[in-house]
Amino acid sequence: VSAAPSAFSDEKGGSASEPEYGHDPASGGIFSSDYKRHDDLKEMLDSNKDSLKLEAMKRIVAMIARGKNASDLFPAVVKNVACKNIEVKKLVYVYLVRYAEEQQDLALLSISTFQRGLKDPNQLIRASALRVLSSIRVTIIVPIMMLAIKEAASDMSPYVRKTAAHAIPKLHSLDPEQKDQLIEVIEKLLADKTTLVAGSVVMAFEEVCPDRIDLIHKNYRKLCNLLIDVEEWGQVVIINMLTRYARTQFLNPNINESLLEENSEKAFYASDDEEEEDKKAEPATLAKRKPYVMDPDHRLLLRNTKPLLQSRNAAVVMAVAQLYFHLAPKAEVGIIAKALVRLMRSHSEVQYVVLQNVATMSIKRRGMFEPYLKSFYIRSTDPTQIKVLKLEVLTNLANETNISTILREFQTYIKSMDKDFVAASIQAIGRCATNIGEVRDTCLNGLVQLLSNRDELVVAESVVVIKKLLQMQPEQHSDIIKHMAKLIDNIQVPMARASILWLIGEYCEHVPKIAPDVLRKMAKSFTNEEDIVKLQIINLAAKLYLTNSKQSKLLTQYVLNLAKYDQNYDIRDRARFIRQLIVPTDKSGALSKYAKKLFLALKPAPVLESPFKDRDHFQLGSLSHLLNAKAAGYQELPNWPESAPDPSVRNVEVKDSVCAERTVLTGPEEVPTRVKCSSRKDRKEKKVEKPFYSDSEGESGPTESADSGNCESDSGSGSASASGSDESGSGSESEESGEETESDEEEEDEEEEKKKRKKLDKTKAKKQAEESAERCTIHTIHQISCIINFDQFDMNKITSVFSQTLAPSGSIKMYELLHRIKGEGLAVEYCFSRQPFSPEPNMVAVQIQFTNNTNSETKNLHIEDPRLQSGMRIREFAEIDVLAAGESVTVVMGIDFCDSTQAANFQLCTHTRKFFVSIQPPVGELMTPAFLTENDFKKEQGKLMGMNEILEKLTLGEKCVNEHVIVERVTATANLSRVPCGSDKECRFAGKTVSSGCLVLVTVTTKEGGGAQLTVNCEKMLIGTMLVKDILQALSQ
Amino acid sequence: MIHSLFLVNASGDIFLEKHWKSVVSRSVCDYFFEALERATEPENVPPVIPTPHHYLINVLRHRIYFVAVIQSEVPPLFVIEFLHRVVDTFQDYFGVCTEAAIKDNVVVVYELLEEMLDNGFPLATESNILKELIKPPTILRTVVNTITGSTNVGEQLPTGQLSVVPWRRTGVKYTNNEAYFDVIEEIDAIIDKSGSTITAEIQGVIDACVKLTGMPDLTLSFMNPRLLDDVSFHPCVRFKRWEAERILSFIPPDGNFRLLSYHVSSQNLVAIPVYVKHNISFREGSSQGRFELTLGPKQTMGKAVESVLVSSQLPRGVLNANLNPSQGTYTFDPVTKLLSWDVGKINPQKLPSLKGSMSLQAGASKPDENPTINIQFKIQQLAISGLKVNRLDMYGEKYKPFKGIKYMTKAGKFQYFDRIHILFKCFFYYLLPI
Repeated sequence: VSAAPSAFSDEKGGSASEPEYGHDPASGGIFSSDYKRHDDLKEMLDSNKDSLKLEAMKRIVAMIARGKNASDLFPAVVKNVACKNIEVKKLVYVYLVRYAEEQQDLALLSISTFQRGLKDPNQLIRASALRVLSSIRVTIIVPIMMLAIKEAASDMSPYVRKTAAHAIPKLHSLDPEQKDQLIEVIEKLLADKTTLVAGSVVMAFEEVCPDRIDLIHKNYRKLCNLLIDVEEWGQVVIINMLTRYARTQFLNPNINESLLEENSEKAFYASDDEEEEDKKAEPATLAKRKPYVMDPDHRLLLRNTKPLLQSRNAAVVMAVAQLYFHLAPKAEVGIIAKALVRLMRSHSEVQYVVLQNVATMSIKRRGMFEPYLKSFYIRSTDPTQIKVLKLEVLTNLANETNISTILREFQTYIKSMDKDFVAASIQAIGRCATNIGEVRDTCLNGLVQLLSNRDELVVAESVVVIKKLLQMQPEQHSDIIKHMAKLIDNIQVPMARASILWLIGEYCEHVPKIAPDVLRKMAKSFTNEEDIVKLQIINLAAKLYLTNSKQSKLLTQYVLNLAKYDQNYDIRDRARFIRQLIVPTDKSGALSKYAKKLFLALKPAPVLESPFKDRDHFQLGSLSHLLNAKAAGYQELPNWPESAPDPSVRNVEVKDSVCAERTVLTGPEEVPTRVKCSSRKDRKEKKVEKPFYSDSEGESGPTESADSGNCESDSGSGSASASGSDESGSGSESEESGEETESDEEEEDEEEEKKKRKKLDKTKAKKQAEESAERCTIHTIHQISCIINFDQFDMNKITSVFSQTLAPSGSIKMYELLHRIKGEGLAVEYCFSRQPFSPEPNMVAVQIQFTNNTNSETKNLHIEDPRLQSGMRIREFAEIDVLAAGESVTVVMGIDFCDSTQAANFQLCTHTRKFFVSIQPPVGELMTPAFLTENDFKKEQGKLMGMNEILEKLTLGEKCVNEHVIVERVTATANLSRVPCGSDKECRFAGKTVSSGCLVLVTVTTKEGGGAQLTVNCEKMLIGTMLVKDILQALSQ
Repeated sequence: MIHSLFLVNASGDIFLEKHWKSVVSRSVCDYFFEALERATEPENVPPVIPTPHHYLINVLRHRIYFVAVIQSEVPPLFVIEFLHRVVDTFQDYFGVCTEAAIKDNVVVVYELLEEMLDNGFPLATESNILKELIKPPTILRTVVNTITGSTNVGEQLPTGQLSVVPWRRTGVKYTNNEAYFDVIEEIDAIIDKSGSTITAEIQGVIDACVKLTGMPDLTLSFMNPRLLDDVSFHPCVRFKRWEAERILSFIPPDGNFRLLSYHVSSQNLVAIPVYVKHNISFREGSSQGRFELTLGPKQTMGKAVESVLVSSQLPRGVLNANLNPSQGTYTFDPVTKLLSWDVGKINPQKLPSLKGSMSLQAGASKPDENPTINIQFKIQQLAISGLKVNRLDMYGEKYKPFKGIKYMTKAGKFQYFDRIHILFKCFFYYLLPI
């Protein structure tokens, strides 16, 4: 056991060596050293050096990777969550996600870091904060997660929105009760037009609410058009979901054939030619039925998924293949065969899954894979499970025309060294023989030859298969039965012995001489046989007793007696039952009359069926299909509807229909020019091509899809690169024009209210003038107030004057800083005067009023020892030398709250005492009014959309009857100024945060019946959120 | 989706575990070990194993089992494909994907796995993006890191994830701008005793190594694009352009990647460059067997067949082999019964042969299987499918890159009808005439 100090230097060498960790921690000595090591790790984590921390974290992660418990380090690790070093931080995240669930309380310490990260201006930091926050499985933070997801879902950055989509299933699994809210978010994200988000949100949809197919309608065409540019994993999820969707919304394209199929199903071995004949017969039936017309949306899906058959990702190819199998008209399904055969050259696991699906498909659509028959030939290097699956496919593909080649192939397989495979091959031959009448005799002969094989397993398997084949036409094959009867002396495999005995018993009339002799031999060896053989011996005895009682009566009695005392109760039961049935006694029941009928009834020949038959009721490519059992969370593939649901649900209102038409026109035009382009044009073309990758194209997609009905003939899909920049250009243009029209409308509105506006402008100008004047005065006043202690009365008066102009609410709320009892007579109150703090403009001015309620003077009032959050600063007021008894004095101090509502803590000192006090600002006081014109406001608001916008609906309080009250309430809550607004339904306010000068825009839109909508746009999301809360409260009171 | 991942080595030890959701006890792997015991060969473990509460999906690569734990319905290929992508990434990062390499780089492995999946759903699987996030370990960087304490994690935030070309990292700079393309082909054939081909297929890939500054836009055209009727592309290839003009147009990822793979199906005639004459016989009742094997070139268009390696799995009854090669050296492993013969170059004037006797286990009956024979070789300057690149053009950047292309026909499978099995490998190399 190495001592702890040396351990450290050991570890520096890297995680590769780490000798002790390999040991079993249970043994005492090692355990104690382990413990010490953890101490050592803790020390390293507590150090100031990043390199030490990193080293420690690396070792901890290595422990986690090996499955060692590192949970006792939690407190030491979690401290480093805000570490500056990126790698340390990342590793801490890894640790947190792993252990937070076990240490919920401690994990909460880290939450604030992530919350801060959520508000970072960098989208990648926001995304990573959300990712980790949502990965911590701590139920307490569910509301925080919910809020974060909601905000991230409307973030400007698509990457953050993608992360939000990822977070949805995490929250859902943590707290399923949030489902309804999460569905709202999903709905919002489904409408997202970027390829980045599409895959992730469909994933969330599949996990949270796969049955809410109605959410897809409006996004269906967009998803189809985006599909080719979505990342490959997203493609798989979207295609699988759309398969299910299409099954509920469109009609079966093979509806006319499905009737015929039922007929042809009986003629299972019918060749393709016959099928073609069937097709000729089709029109007759077709005429009776309503002609099938494919929904353009159905066609869109098939057309847009087809290129993905060329994907390098096997999962994508499989997804498209199953989509075509389940959705495409029969004539079109064939195209997937080539792609699936290509996948067979991939890793053996991929082959395994593909072959399983091919096996299922090849039963339904045999013709599809027939050209690729040779690709399914087995190679000696294939793993057994692949070989068996290939055999399965070959058997399914066998028909009259190819059976000879297939059988020749099978013959070579029987020589293989792989015994399981040989057995499967023999069974496959059996199946071919039952399925194809022409080759039955050939197969049977081949199998009989195998009976003389040196390998017993081969013989045994052959016997079992021959038994099944003979059952079809026993009369012609009594010589084979005789041959097999001879085999019973040599063959030891129980299943084979049992099969032979059953055959002899069943067809004892065909071998009347041999059968009793076999029974004699069996009676001799009865006690040494396996149970399955014993049962067949009893069977044989019973059958012989019924047909040839003269020769076998005693033997039967003997066998039954042996069986009576067998260890296996099944055999004892069988013996008792048979004795009662066949041996006539006085008490023999009514049944014994029918014994012959019971035993010698004509048994139907077994149907040798593929184990893959009817597996296609599971969605192909799914886990459930592979296992042939419903896996958890499997969504049933719905049956086609009888009549198509309303297709108009997928219509999307298209704002820019003009542009859509243009796209359709440019598409076909572009193609020919591109074909004959010279090298010079190539360069140009490159430019044209670029949007192939870009999101902008995706955005123009939906517009095209709206017209997809018209442009059906256009072979290029919605995301055709051909239409190139023109397309995307028009897309963006139209967007701009959309905006323009919007603003035009506004202008019209404004024109209507021109007069009003002019007035407003005037007032605004006036206000601005006033304001600048005020500023001057405030400046001077403050300078003075800092030096001289103003009379409280005067001060208040001035403040109230200003605040009335600035914030019409007027009244300023006083907060208590120190109660008079606690302060031993000294009462201190403060208020936010809402004036700029002149010495430092980014500080919030706090006006403090001291009242001396004692009988003696208080001296040397000042601030000491401020304890502040990092970044916060205090500008103290000048020390008050003397405060006479009964007197009051007011001072102003500045606090830079860093735009947070964290409290500023400090000590208030008199000449005798010290009081701990703290000032916590309401969020509304962290801002100063900003003066914007209506247009500026709109412009700024436009910049602060997405994640920076918070929308809330509310019902106005009873007293909020008119605009005036609303304005009063809002300005009382927050230090904002009103922005002129044309509409009387809307009140707008603007402000800037004091510390960083971020804009805060508030809009209150009133509606009929006391409802209202509050919109807050602010870059600082935390401030926005809190402000919303405060204003909501103020307005709904 | 993917709940957890366990890495199991050949001796059945779990040496790494990673969980993306709640922790799943490693005892879930017991079901896997059961299946492993039941399987006769390592590759016979079923890829999907159902257990009472989970499903285990595993892939075997480099003698490591990658066992993913699934809790609910998910397309199995999705998981399998992802696991292979993980292995490819490890290989890309560490050169090899072995237990030792993974253990040595356990932190990088963990960081990679963390980035590749979020809540079990793939997040960043493009190697270009990953390399921006986590720099691959190199000896130099390891040394520098230990001295300076700097990290493997990228200092700058990765922008690739946000870009419209997500597979290419931004700000690529090289002093020597180069683009190399390797055309690698594999033949897969079954040949009957008389030497006629029953089926032959070619599986080809074009692997690229592109080191070009900035955002180059490349086009690659072929002399005979019709050969490529069954292709799959890297996502960077513009599919529409291929459809219309049969030209590969793409903005390449930085570094190594597989541009496309193609399949020339059995309907086309495939030239078989080598023939094998063999005579392996055992006499009933004798403990001796005769072994004769001769190789010869065929349809090589005058090119030499080089680096030939023959290996064969002899029947279990064979105790030892006493053979005499006309050239090269041979070895026989009495435990695995694997015979391998390093032939070297085939001289058409003097064909290489391997003759001799095999001793059988006393009393054992005559083995009735014919052994499998694998052959690997190279042929300089011969393209099996005949695929030829016409030209490579670059747009979007001003410099003149160095371009090269290499053709290689590699390790296909040849199977004689009586279970003789040959692998081919040949390649040749020339510079693009541009």
